[in-house]
Amino acid sequence: MNPTNVSNNDRKFVLPGDLLGDEKFRSGSGTYGRDGKIYASRIGILNISRDFINVIPFSGAYVPKPGDSVIGKVIDNGPSSWMVSIHSPYIALLHTNDVQPNIKYGETGKFLKAGDTVLAKISNINEIKKIQLTMKEHGLRKLDDGQVIHIPHSKVPRVIGKGGSMISLLKQNTDTKMFVGQNGAIWIDGEPGDIERVSKAIRMIDERTQMSGLTDMVREYLEGHENNEDRDDTEEG
Amino acid sequence: MKLVKEKLIDGDGKRRDGRTFDMLRPIKIDAGPLKNADGSAYIEWGNNKIMVGVYGPRELQQKHLQEPDRAIVQVQYTMASFSVEDRKKPGQGRRENEISKILSEALEGVIISDQYPRTAINVFIEVLEAGAGTRCAGLTAASVALADAGIPMRGLVASCAAGKIDGQVVLDLDKLEDNIGDADLPVGIIPTTGEIVLLQMDGHLSDLEFEKAFGLARDACMKIHELQREALSRKYFNEGESPKEDEPDGEVTS
Repeated sequence: MNPTNVSNNDRKFVLPGDLLGDEKFRSGSGTYGRDGKIYASRIGILNISRDFINVIPFSGAYVPKPGDSVIGKVIDNGPSSWMVSIHSPYIALLHTNDVQPNIKYGETGKFLKAGDTVLAKISNINEIKKIQLTMKEHGLRKLDDGQVIHIPHSKVPRVIGKGGSMISLLKQNTDTKMFVGQNGAIWIDGEPGDIERVSKAIRMIDERTQMSGLTDMVREYLEGHENNEDRDDTEEG
Repeated sequence: MKLVKEKLIDGDGKRRDGRTFDMLRPIKIDAGPLKNADGSAYIEWGNNKIMVGVYGPRELQQKHLQEPDRAIVQVQYTMASFSVEDRKKPGQGRRENEISKILSEALEGVIISDQYPRTAINVFIEVLEAGAGTRCAGLTAASVALADAGIPMRGLVASCAAGKIDGQVVLDLDKLEDNIGDADLPVGIIPTTGEIVLLQMDGHLSDLEFEKAFGLARDACMKIHELQREALSRKYFNEGESPKEDEPDGEVTS
């Protein structure tokens, strides 16, 4: 293949149509098989696990999987269900049976209204991609206050970091509460200044995903900013 | 219908802009210039300047157009009113509709659409400056924008036209060559497999001339494919100096 696409530390970048392997392997995600050969179907990093060839994509729409925690916005309510936008190609459905309080028929508006933000879990997806949500598990709830920002869902692992390192860095350096949905929606609650700093740090992660030393850069930004603010405070005082 | 017959090829076999019969105009491709689109590309090809934005896949709100087993591709080719010398009346005419349709069909042939049932993938091709060969340039840029949007495809699509001027088969006609030339043959292929996704012909070519013109266009598509790869590599692979080492596995949950 194109040698310019091979990076120095064994991470191979691929583009749609690139030949990845032959019949010794099986076609995994982000690939397709044709005439016994396997080709990439998306831009991403080549990943071979056992006999499967996968491409970990850099971009693309969020396709829900059962069990994913997502942050969504209620866009409409029917007599016994709500429609929730989860930043996926498909709109999800949340039924009154799948929420904690007992909602009577026609009284959905009393619990959730259009514009509300919810933390929910994907419970089921059928063949034609009708998506069902649930809020019945522990921790799933309506998110009052706070702000929601969006990043491409492929960058969610970056915001969380290895073993949650990045997200704890963000939380420690600012006094905020955060939820990162698998769909790339991030809910942040705290003082307006803190929300602003976390949002900027997340934008930074989004823009510089491929750079080395990202964690250090984010730490520097957050700590540097904190010092500046401290100084401002003393000047005012 | 031909106006005053102008010489398009001089004694040395050079064309008016100094190109030989098998040379392309200069091409520049930029991947992802639009922040708010899911994917985008900008192409400059000779005098052509074209911006492409891709949105989707997203659930189709017109239910009667939904396909229960796959995504549909909706291409909208638009020319800006200032894109040509005499102001073009804005809006979709016969020509825009035709190009939108053939480009939709060309891209449907390459997009793996069964992963996103009931959705539409919208491709907006906006011609800002037109100088012959906009459908080829638009298709080339559209496939870069689709790849940028992370839409699964069997490969990129490269497209280029060949034609006949002054009785000679040449590659990539410019505006005057297109207007007073004898024939124009836009070709779109998937370079990695060699499949043809677009083939039109305007004017007359003999069997032999057709073979030659098609061969020229196909070879040019291979070169264009390299430019497409470079544009995407620039955006995705060369951002920053070296890739990050502590790559977290893709399955982290919140």
